[in-house]
Amino acid sequence: MKKEKQAKEIIFKSEKEVPLMPMSVGNMLWNKTGGWRNIRPVIDFENCIQCGICWKFCPDAAIYIENERPVVDYVYCKGCGLCAEECPSKCIAMVEEEK
Amino acid sequence: MRLSLPEEELMGSGHRACQGCGATLAMRYALKALGQKTVLCIPACCWSVIDGPFPYSSLDVPIYHCAFETAAVSASGVKAGLEMVGDPETTVVAWAGDGGTFDIGIQALSGVAERNDDILYICYDNEAYMNTGIQRSSATPYGSWTTTTPVKHFKNRPKKDMEAIMAAHRIPYIATASVGYPEDLFKKVKKAKDIKGTRFLHIYAPCPPGWRCRSEDTVKLSRMVVQNAIFPLYEIEWGEKYTLNIKIKEKKPINDYLRIQGRFRHLKREEVAYIQEEVDKKWERLLANVNGSQ
Amino acid sequence: MGNHALSYGAMLGRAQVIAAYPITPQTQVVELLSEMCADKTLDAKFIKVESEHSAMAACLGASLAGARTFTATSAQGLALMHELLHWASGGRLPVVMGNINRAMAPGWSIWSDQNDSLSQRDTGWIQFYCSNNQEVLDTVIQAFKVSEKLLIPSMVILDAFTLSHTYEVVDVPEQAKVDKFLPPFKPEITITPDDPHAFGGLTGPEHYFELRYKLQKDMEKAPALIEETGKEYEKMFGRYLGQVEEHCCDDAELILVTSGTMGSTARVAVDMLREEGIKVGNLRIKVFRPFPFEKVRNIFKNTKKVAVIDRNISYGHHGMFFQEVKSAMYGFDHDLPIFGFIAGLGGRDITPSTFREIVEFSLEKNKPEEEIIWIGVNR
Repeated sequence: MKKEKQAKEIIFKSEKEVPLMPMSVGNMLWNKTGGWRNIRPVIDFENCIQCGICWKFCPDAAIYIENERPVVDYVYCKGCGLCAEECPSKCIAMVEEEK
Repeated sequence: MRLSLPEEELMGSGHRACQGCGATLAMRYALKALGQKTVLCIPACCWSVIDGPFPYSSLDVPIYHCAFETAAVSASGVKAGLEMVGDPETTVVAWAGDGGTFDIGIQALSGVAERNDDILYICYDNEAYMNTGIQRSSATPYGSWTTTTPVKHFKNRPKKDMEAIMAAHRIPYIATASVGYPEDLFKKVKKAKDIKGTRFLHIYAPCPPGWRCRSEDTVKLSRMVVQNAIFPLYEIEWGEKYTLNIKIKEKKPINDYLRIQGRFRHLKREEVAYIQEEVDKKWERLLANVNGSQ
Repeated sequence: MGNHALSYGAMLGRAQVIAAYPITPQTQVVELLSEMCADKTLDAKFIKVESEHSAMAACLGASLAGARTFTATSAQGLALMHELLHWASGGRLPVVMGNINRAMAPGWSIWSDQNDSLSQRDTGWIQFYCSNNQEVLDTVIQAFKVSEKLLIPSMVILDAFTLSHTYEVVDVPEQAKVDKFLPPFKPEITITPDDPHAFGGLTGPEHYFELRYKLQKDMEKAPALIEETGKEYEKMFGRYLGQVEEHCCDDAELILVTSGTMGSTARVAVDMLREEGIKVGNLRIKVFRPFPFEKVRNIFKNTKKVAVIDRNISYGHHGMFFQEVKSAMYGFDHDLPIFGFIAGLGGRDITPSTFREIVEFSLEKNKPEEEIIWIGVNR
């Protein structure tokens, strides 16, 4: 199950809001890296053997498991193609992004 | 659906790594094994940028972005500090690239290993100074192109044998790992986590932009490098006991590995033969050490 | 000895993590501290690092984890730490460090010279210059308090051999009283898995400026805090430190500006010259960073001339105390003649007769004709 986390951009209105030492106060989920890709993985669930390998090899943790199936999170998927390359049943196709 | 690793992610999406980055796979798996009660000390390296700029961080564990040469000793300091303020349980991990381990950080690492300070040192090795633009490091393998070893003057010294150097320090645990074998990596991090003293993990982590390979080749390369005995997976305990983790079924010729990386494309036949020879010699030496430890 | 006063200061201050590397003339500081840790007089972890750079790195890590940290070094070691000195102040980590003022190589010198610590004046550390063993011990304890309140690191500076290795009787306060004066270090933010943050990440132009603005603003609070802490300490232990030590300055026609052990020599010289009827006074600067602008301007209100003696030089410019005194007076009293003397580099002795020479020279001239007046150089 995908955990729900808050994503928001942080703006400091003045120096008074800036922490004393440079430290993080939020996560990177506001950074929608899905915009980086030219090709996107599309999973053919008919042939998916639910091995979990695509989930395992995603460098962006952009594939999560829902109802025993891998789901691509297109908000963050960078289109690297590792899931398609490693899928043992070759059921993931890398399809060109439409403009 | 049976997953071979715990499902929970301590590394979030939205981080700044390149497509197909091996270093992020390494971090993702390591954090699954380390758990939440961890502090990372990350010196200047790809991960100091991947994590995200101030005021953000993509990891669910605290990070100390320390000075370049100080990964090992900063971790030592954090561990000592945490113990003094009443927290002896948190695992303190120095997470450094190959430059910050083999080159500029080696003094601090050697000092920590000699004192056997209680830290887990993990080096993710993408075989050059990738963060600053693919300059050569002492972890760059023989024959590689980098921006400071152009094709006419390619890197003509062998990769520094970091495991031998760490073994000479007689620390409790040394291991090599590869992102092509996530379960083995996970197991090793889990094992190392529970050992007291200095533990050293060397993870092979491909870099598509730096190696001039396709982003989808990361895992394939990480398996080939083990199967061709270029980066064998083994453990060394107390500098003496060698254990081989992945048995190699059939060693393939090294050219299979070299030709899918643009950084080796310029190599001539005799240079490839030399590399094969060196890989074979190193493999024999390792086997001798393993047999000697039985 | 002076070095041991540093060790006792760290012990009474209950330093929790110490990481240090030996360098003459600091070695006795760390030797005594390791003994104290070994026999549990001090409950601290002593990390015997392999270089000064690693020493400061370990202290930073420990300080970030919330421990009180202490280290000591000198000259080459301080220079080696330089990168991390910026880190300590920018990271707002209240490390307290003893530094023995020693000349910078080449050639190898182990004798007294202020260039090492003054070369670090821009790193954002509070700098205390001591002139006797009692002051060293008292300053270390107060430095912990001031640093931890402001989250700005500080260094307590001693002259090589003339202070580090001289023995004097020192009143060592009781631990229980020191504990009352200096409570345990409990910072609000530390590195802990219970509240994960990434410290010191990539900071763009849209944020860096504010972070540094805040550091300066907190530095500006230091003079008042040092005075306040000094008064608190005086109430409990009977000795007051403050930012400067004035000796016969009220009616002085010429005020000497000194620091460190030559400041006590100057005091002796002033007494001698006063007996001869010369109206001279001595201002010993104890806190160099942040520079005590207000004190200096006030004390110079009624005097006719000032002579600054530097045991250091910024090549291509002048002595550094001289530069700072002059800049403090700019806009306040343009006509005040300020003479800049350089003496004692590399440990060359500064004696009462050195001061006599300086005083006679300054009284003779109406105003300085040269920017640098060298005293004691064999020309």
